[in-house]
Amino acid sequence: MKRLDRTRHVLVLCLALLLLGGPFFPDWALFIATLAMAKGLAVLGLMLLMRAGLVSFGQGLYYCLGAYVVGTVGQFLHITDALVMLLFAGVVSCAVAALLGTLLAAYRGIFFAMLSLSFSMVLYGLLVKSPSLGSTDGFNIAVRSIAGFSAESHRRYLFFALSLVLAFGAGMAVHGFTGSNVGRLAAAVRDNELRVEYLGASVKTVVYLNILIAAALAGLGGGLTSVTVGHIDPDLAYWTTSGEFVFVAILSGTGSVLAPFLGSLVFEVLHSFAYQYSPNTWQMVVGFAMLFVIALLPTGLWSIFALGRKAG
Amino acid sequence: MGEVLAVVIDGIVYSSWLFIIAVGLTLIYGVMKILNMAHGSLYALGAYAAASLGGRWLAGGHAPFGIYAILIAAALAVGVIAGPLIEKGLLQFMYGREEIVLVLATYALFLILEDAIKLVWGVDPYFVTEPYSLLGSVEIGGLSYPVYNGVLLLFSIFVGVLLAWALGWTRQGKMLLAVIHDREISAALGLNVRRVYLVTFTLGTTLAAIGGALTSPTIAVAPGIGVQVIVLAFAVVVIGGLGSFAGAALGSLIVGMVRSGAVHYLPEVELFSIYLAMAVVLIVRPKGLFGGPEPRRI
Repeated sequence: MKRLDRTRHVLVLCLALLLLGGPFFPDWALFIATLAMAKGLAVLGLMLLMRAGLVSFGQGLYYCLGAYVVGTVGQFLHITDALVMLLFAGVVSCAVAALLGTLLAAYRGIFFAMLSLSFSMVLYGLLVKSPSLGSTDGFNIAVRSIAGFSAESHRRYLFFALSLVLAFGAGMAVHGFTGSNVGRLAAAVRDNELRVEYLGASVKTVVYLNILIAAALAGLGGGLTSVTVGHIDPDLAYWTTSGEFVFVAILSGTGSVLAPFLGSLVFEVLHSFAYQYSPNTWQMVVGFAMLFVIALLPTGLWSIFALGRKAG
Repeated sequence: MGEVLAVVIDGIVYSSWLFIIAVGLTLIYGVMKILNMAHGSLYALGAYAAASLGGRWLAGGHAPFGIYAILIAAALAVGVIAGPLIEKGLLQFMYGREEIVLVLATYALFLILEDAIKLVWGVDPYFVTEPYSLLGSVEIGGLSYPVYNGVLLLFSIFVGVLLAWALGWTRQGKMLLAVIHDREISAALGLNVRRVYLVTFTLGTTLAAIGGALTSPTIAVAPGIGVQVIVLAFAVVVIGGLGSFAGAALGSLIVGMVRSGAVHYLPEVELFSIYLAMAVVLIVRPKGLFGGPEPRRI
């Protein structure tokens, strides 16, 4: 494989530019960008599932789980380093998915969406009734350092840098995965499962693997959100959170690993401004944007770039 | 013994309320293969229309018993206006695309309607409790129950029987069943599938609106009621099997009983019990209790 890989180059370029440019942005912009990267991680996982033809309406489960794992290791183990907390978040989400995935891997279409939704609502129901975890109010999270470096000053920039590095790592890894043999099988599974089986590959393994990676990414995203915001509550597992991820995934399209982060950034900015100027109608704005994308850009925002490339 | 009776009665009341809403959802899915995420918003629209019109009726000093007619009329108006508007204005452009795309289109519609409701009615809650208290209450097993709940149960049975009769014994119903079995063959035989879709969607939304209107006297009509209802209705139809009417009835009964049992014996697990039941049913019967097998694509 000597061919130039554009996606990798663009990823490196984005990382370098944003890391260097970060200090010049105001804090609020860094905050929005950090959140966008965090949610982008969850959406990236959803994108993997969608490549295999599966839409999960329950990624909020792992997102919330990641956030609560971060919260509990902070509260009960007194760990205050963001990186260590995130490690826990990713591992626990992956472990839970390893368990639930054995069930979920057999489901398709609406039933996959509904079963994943019911799992996330079970977590929501549990958290709402857990006084030791703050019930509906949730609780605050204290972070003192990132990978050993003190995070007491330049907090926003440090979290932004952390989110960039995570997004970069996840982007590179997922890009590598989608180009690998098992990664490429996802599209085949979506098109025709029976043929994949006849060709000697295991559909269940492909689906299971995608579920695991998607869960780990959502867990990381949830953990990152919680350390950035500094507060968690059960709404992270409510079905509307998962619905938002699905929306952003559709908005982004499955064209490239960059798409989820771009889509997520567009959504966060849209959300922030719509919320600021008309708090009672921002959902409406999002709804119309979604219909617009479904009607005119069936393969997501990324298709704009793809079109440009074809024309040029 | 008394407590068991109370659990059963509460469960039945809750089930009959759920059934009215869920049967509309399953009807739309059965015929059109659309899992309508905006169903909860139409329920909310029905509740708001009933609460505001009912409030105005009472404030105007009209006969108090007329309020029941007002509730139903408000729901019918919502269904007959919103149903065709959504079907003709949005959904008909989406037919033929993947099921999940239609789910997303109705999800977008749900977001739009949620805010539209806030724009029209504001964020303050509405109350019309008169229809609830007007009929008085009866005593069963030492506990008093509003007669209104009995009316709700009867209405729910009426809706179920009416639908079963319409589908099994009328010409229109048989045409509908034909479309459920095979849309293309039905169209080839000369059935106006477009019109069947329009009628089905309007009927489904009307049922959601009626569900909302009949609930409005028992709750505070406030933003967010649709969000809660839609996942409950999903749980019901998924448990029963998407598109199955008997499934909607059984699903409502299961969800109603599970919830009522949880509320009485283990209030901590109330919310979570319904979704646990849904997950368990899906694990044991992946297509729901009445879901049939689908042919494999080769």
